[in-house]
Amino acid sequence: MSFFEMHDQEGAIRSCYADVKRWIDETGIAGLHRRLEEAEAIFRRIGITFAVYGEGGDPERLIPFDLLPRVFSRLEWERLDRGIRQRAQALNAFLFDVYHRGEILRAGLIPQDLVYQNPAFRPEMIGFDPPGRVYSHIVGIDIVRTGPTAFEVLEDNCRTPSGVSYMLENREIMTRMFPGLFAKGMVTPVDNYPALLLQTLKEVAPPACKGDPVVVLLTPGSLNSAYYEHSFLADLMGIELVEPVDLFVENDRVWMKTTAGPRAVDVIYRRIDDDYLDPLVFRPDSLLGVPGLFHAYRAGGVTLCSAPGAGIADDKAIYVYVPEMIRFYLGEEPILANIPTWQCGTETGLAHVLAHLPELVAKEVHGSGGYGMLIGPKASPEEIAAYAERIKANPGGFIAQPTLDLSTVPTLGEAGVVGRHADFRPFCLVGKQMRLVPGGLTRVALTEGSLVVNSSQGGGVKDTWVLRN
Amino acid sequence: MLSRTAENLFWMARYLERAESTARLITMGQRMAVLPGSAYRDEWRSVLRVTDSESFVQPGAPITEEDIARILLLDPENPASIQACLVRARANGRSVRIRLTQEMWEALNMSWRRFEGLSASEACQELPALIDWVKTRASVFRGAAETGMMRHAGHAFMSIGGALERAQMTLRLLDVKYFVLLPETDVVGGGRDHYQWTSVLHALSGIRAYHHVYGGAYSPAHISDFLMVNRAFPRSVAYCVDQMRWHLERLAEEHGVHADCHETVDEIFELLLEGRDGAIFQRGLHESVQQCLKMTNQLALEIAESYHF
Repeated sequence: MSFFEMHDQEGAIRSCYADVKRWIDETGIAGLHRRLEEAEAIFRRIGITFAVYGEGGDPERLIPFDLLPRVFSRLEWERLDRGIRQRAQALNAFLFDVYHRGEILRAGLIPQDLVYQNPAFRPEMIGFDPPGRVYSHIVGIDIVRTGPTAFEVLEDNCRTPSGVSYMLENREIMTRMFPGLFAKGMVTPVDNYPALLLQTLKEVAPPACKGDPVVVLLTPGSLNSAYYEHSFLADLMGIELVEPVDLFVENDRVWMKTTAGPRAVDVIYRRIDDDYLDPLVFRPDSLLGVPGLFHAYRAGGVTLCSAPGAGIADDKAIYVYVPEMIRFYLGEEPILANIPTWQCGTETGLAHVLAHLPELVAKEVHGSGGYGMLIGPKASPEEIAAYAERIKANPGGFIAQPTLDLSTVPTLGEAGVVGRHADFRPFCLVGKQMRLVPGGLTRVALTEGSLVVNSSQGGGVKDTWVLRN
Repeated sequence: MLSRTAENLFWMARYLERAESTARLITMGQRMAVLPGSAYRDEWRSVLRVTDSESFVQPGAPITEEDIARILLLDPENPASIQACLVRARANGRSVRIRLTQEMWEALNMSWRRFEGLSASEACQELPALIDWVKTRASVFRGAAETGMMRHAGHAFMSIGGALERAQMTLRLLDVKYFVLLPETDVVGGGRDHYQWTSVLHALSGIRAYHHVYGGAYSPAHISDFLMVNRAFPRSVAYCVDQMRWHLERLAEEHGVHADCHETVDEIFELLLEGRDGAIFQRGLHESVQQCLKMTNQLALEIAESYHF
């Protein structure tokens, strides 16, 4: 039986959910459904939508929103906070190391090939010191809960994790619709995130920057699935939202084309993959990108956030070694545990995975968004057999984990409050110092029993509260 | 401001204005089509000519209202169709969302799907309602911009785009219809063509305003004066040029530079000023219209050049 976060082991309401419970009782299920319709109308009108690649249908689908907040007590958050910061710090230390002396590889803690042969590793970055030695400025860590005190990290996102706009909008809509819930001041605010993000980005201005750094957000354009988030963040930070065509490089500096002529850019918060940053360096066939951008970066004329090559730290094959990184670089024990993971690339791993596939969750090392994965207990024998063949054909491309007994969170069902599986993504900011707003994005699988929370596969989102005490 | 942002705002306003202009033209065409006799059967063809959409029908074939609904309401490929204009206005707006207020965005965002999945015959049946709806949406957007948008450069580019498109629509209408406004003795077939004259005013929603200025009688000289040089009627060329001059001057102040576009807009202004008191009619309406069209086209290019679009 999964841990239902609203109840303790005796089935009584946990104290951190007391206010939520009272509010549910007072409003009634029918009342909540009515308010949910209002909330959806507001989301649709504002245009908060999420496009899903390769699925056809509505390109501007609305992410389902669940009205019932997920609540963390202060004590729970304090532990999460320390664990998240610890992980973000170790991941950045790892990135600096692998692009310099590679001490952790020399120490034999991580196989060299796993790093140097990895497509996410960017040899172009070797020997370069990014400002502040920061590679991943926004670290999104996906965390699941399996019991009253058990939190585990599902994966790390060191490139350009998305979803923070939902954290902000979900809270905004809840405060607008139910001001009474927040009147006591028990829920810690998250609305200072954009200000902290801007501060973080300014802290890593390049050597060429004199004066107040000019920060821009680089988006692939309005057809990108996360475009709403890009424009939302740029708006709240008061910075320009630029596309590659708006930028050019001259004299090792990056310039944006404005109505008053070129204007120098110091820091680029890029929401665009490494491959499409600079056709001169990464993908010559790419029509996107800013020619010369990487050279300007290495020359200290501009800072890219995150740094190219930061993806090596969140690779699923590297994930297994994050606890080792924490011990190696910080001399500490990991506060948040990893999920036990078998790598099919090793002989023992492969044997174990093939023997236990019906009980495991198997994933592609380079996959994302919940695609290309097999949930053993829910798959048919044919699906399992087919997946086993895929693993055998390319063992290094797969990992597998036990099926977790994920906690469930209260969710508004047709007839009442139901428990649904959820995960949690906080966003840790890394500049000269580390910053973490108390909260994050809770994604919830809206179908009973489902473990897939990805918004591209029918998952929804909800507000996440961290209580003051 | 990013040049691309300026360009998107400029085109967003142009497409919205164009959607509304097309809506007005369709209303005018409908009014003409129900007149007695066969004299106005070809009115739909002028409507297509004004919107540069003649290539969407067979030459010489009769044009039905359903053709019009298909070409000017629904066709996503025709840059003058209302559907295409709304989709493009929204796409431009979406790329510069952070420059629009919440209300402006909502007005734009709610407009774009109304025509999806509508067949030409269905559209025909609710044509008046659809046309009204387009005009209302445009008004809501303008109202939101009027009361909520910061008067920074973005507002200027938007205003210039709208005014330019509107001036060109009036000019194209006069270009296609100039023959009905020729001095009476020259009219082909002879005699006053009351309906033709008023149709031009109807297409620009200017019939009442015209009476306020010139009293009850229609004359080609007055109509062309009203549509070209009257500086109080918001769909006249002179009014639109005034607007463009004012906003371009704001941009010049903000950027500290006067460019070619500033000279050109002044030239158009002078040309219209000299055309007052019937002078434009004496000089030759058709030539003046053609010249203004050429100069506004040039103006559009120069604006793009001056602000690095």
